[in-house]
Amino acid sequence: MADLTVELAGVPLRNPLLLASGIWGETGASMAAAYAAGAGGVVTKSIGAEPRSGYPNPTVEPLGPVGLLNAMGLPNPGIDEYPAEIEVARASGAPVIGSIFAAAPREFAALARRMAGTGVVALELNLSCPHAHGYGSEIGSDPRRVERIVRSVVAAVDLPVLAKITPNTADPAGLARAAERGGAHAISAINTVRALGIDVTLARPILAHGLGGLSGPAIKPVGLACVWQIFEAVRIPIVGIGGIASADDALEYLLAGARAVQIGTALSGPGVALFGTIARDLASRLDALGIDRWEEAVGRAHGRPPSSAVQQAPARLRRPSKPRRAP
Amino acid sequence: MTLPSRSIVPISEVVHETPSTVTLRFAWAPAARPGQFVMVWIPGDDELPMSLSYPNGPMGGVTVKAMGATSRAIQTLRPGDRIGIRGPYGRPFDLTPRRVLVVAGGSGAAVLAPAAESARAAGHAVDVALGAVTASELLFRGRFERMGASTEVATDDGSAGRPGFVTPLAERLLEEHPYDAVWTCGPEVMMRRVADLADRHHVPVICSVERQMKCALGLCDACALGPLHVCVDGPVLPWESLRGLEEFGRSFRDPAGRRRAYGSAPP
Repeated sequence: MADLTVELAGVPLRNPLLLASGIWGETGASMAAAYAAGAGGVVTKSIGAEPRSGYPNPTVEPLGPVGLLNAMGLPNPGIDEYPAEIEVARASGAPVIGSIFAAAPREFAALARRMAGTGVVALELNLSCPHAHGYGSEIGSDPRRVERIVRSVVAAVDLPVLAKITPNTADPAGLARAAERGGAHAISAINTVRALGIDVTLARPILAHGLGGLSGPAIKPVGLACVWQIFEAVRIPIVGIGGIASADDALEYLLAGARAVQIGTALSGPGVALFGTIARDLASRLDALGIDRWEEAVGRAHGRPPSSAVQQAPARLRRPSKPRRAP
Repeated sequence: MTLPSRSIVPISEVVHETPSTVTLRFAWAPAARPGQFVMVWIPGDDELPMSLSYPNGPMGGVTVKAMGATSRAIQTLRPGDRIGIRGPYGRPFDLTPRRVLVVAGGSGAAVLAPAAESARAAGHAVDVALGAVTASELLFRGRFERMGASTEVATDDGSAGRPGFVTPLAERLLEEHPYDAVWTCGPEVMMRRVADLADRHHVPVICSVERQMKCALGLCDACALGPLHVCVDGPVLPWESLRGLEEFGRSFRDPAGRRRAYGSAPP
């Protein structure tokens, strides 16, 4: 059987399939269930300094086979109460990546310190939520701000830092480069694609917030293109996100340049059992393709066989200099 | 992945069931089963999860108690007003038990009445213990009686039936009759008590559970109850899956996902 284990910015994972931020990650029991079902790790809901209820409903609009429109509005229990949930998730053995959002570099750094103190194995910076005023892609579309935020967080914590960037820009690769300059240890791409749905009879947007973000099958080609471009632009590893629902979807991201992937919307229906299904399918698909290890095929579709090895060479990784807390 | 989508429908009829409860009827084509719920959108206001009190077409219906701002706004809707309906979602009641005790507290009768109706239509025996704060708030008492369910009531103020909570009524019925199942919906503290009583008589208990809901698609985690997601694993859940959950009957999650004890703040 092919080897699915992967090292992501120094964090060892049993497989490359991560629970995406915003999905199931509000409670510790849900994250533990995702890990028990076969995920390689989990990313928390994006946590802020204060509790937030999010937007009123409707916060989602199902769009059939296209996917899902949502504007949740960053609901989260806040960093004061959330560590209890991380504790529950970690007790299951799950590597937990703590997602955080803030408005400015100093706030990001302060929040990062607190999240780092919860025992997470890495941080993911939400620089890409497409519908929260003052947060996410509003600040994450500007490469200089991305670089400053990442730099302030990297300086504040001893953990690997993943910068989750937005596709809602002309140059996602430029954002990834900015994050790399700031010292990011990995890039997560993509967040949802800014989107809107209008009810014709009511002549008004369906989501309470109006604008939202699209996830699901329709954005897989968008995510792949971003990962493809980012792979050509940076040396740090990439976590591919967007429309992954099967082993072949994950393989596409792998070949485009992703070292790990995140799964979210596709869990609607099968639930977290999908992690186990995809992990099993992935192993047999890799076997059939003659690939012994998931890691060896990162970016292979770029047609430069040694590139993945070069790209992932440990010496080239910007790793934290200080010893890291055990996962 | 096929996700059900939303339909915008005019309200056909508004029925004031009790001083605090109204039923909205609307054209309804999807086949839903008793126990399933829909997300009801009041355009310009909120969208709330509601069990279908009338799950069968061509006229569906939901029955809503005035609790928060939106459910109070719903009380003012009129025929012709348009609402959004998304669903049906969730797991329904298993209608195979042949002798059922229904224990309803307050607006819990909204989801139990259609389940009892289907059981009666299949020729099964249904006894009902119906509780409310006062006589005028006994929801669907006439509906239970019309379907041929033996119906006993309890009111907190003693204005009808047995004074006090519905649980002693349920306890007596459990002692007097052999049931295949207990179906219950109401405050979680009540359901916990009902389940404890039924346990003593070795009768399986099915609860219809209400939680904060946003996506209703098993994604957002707002309705997490232990490892369960009420929107997809429930809302109809066997007591065996709830028994071990420390949260059930004791705490809920607010819209930010914070755990709050029942009684500490309005849900």
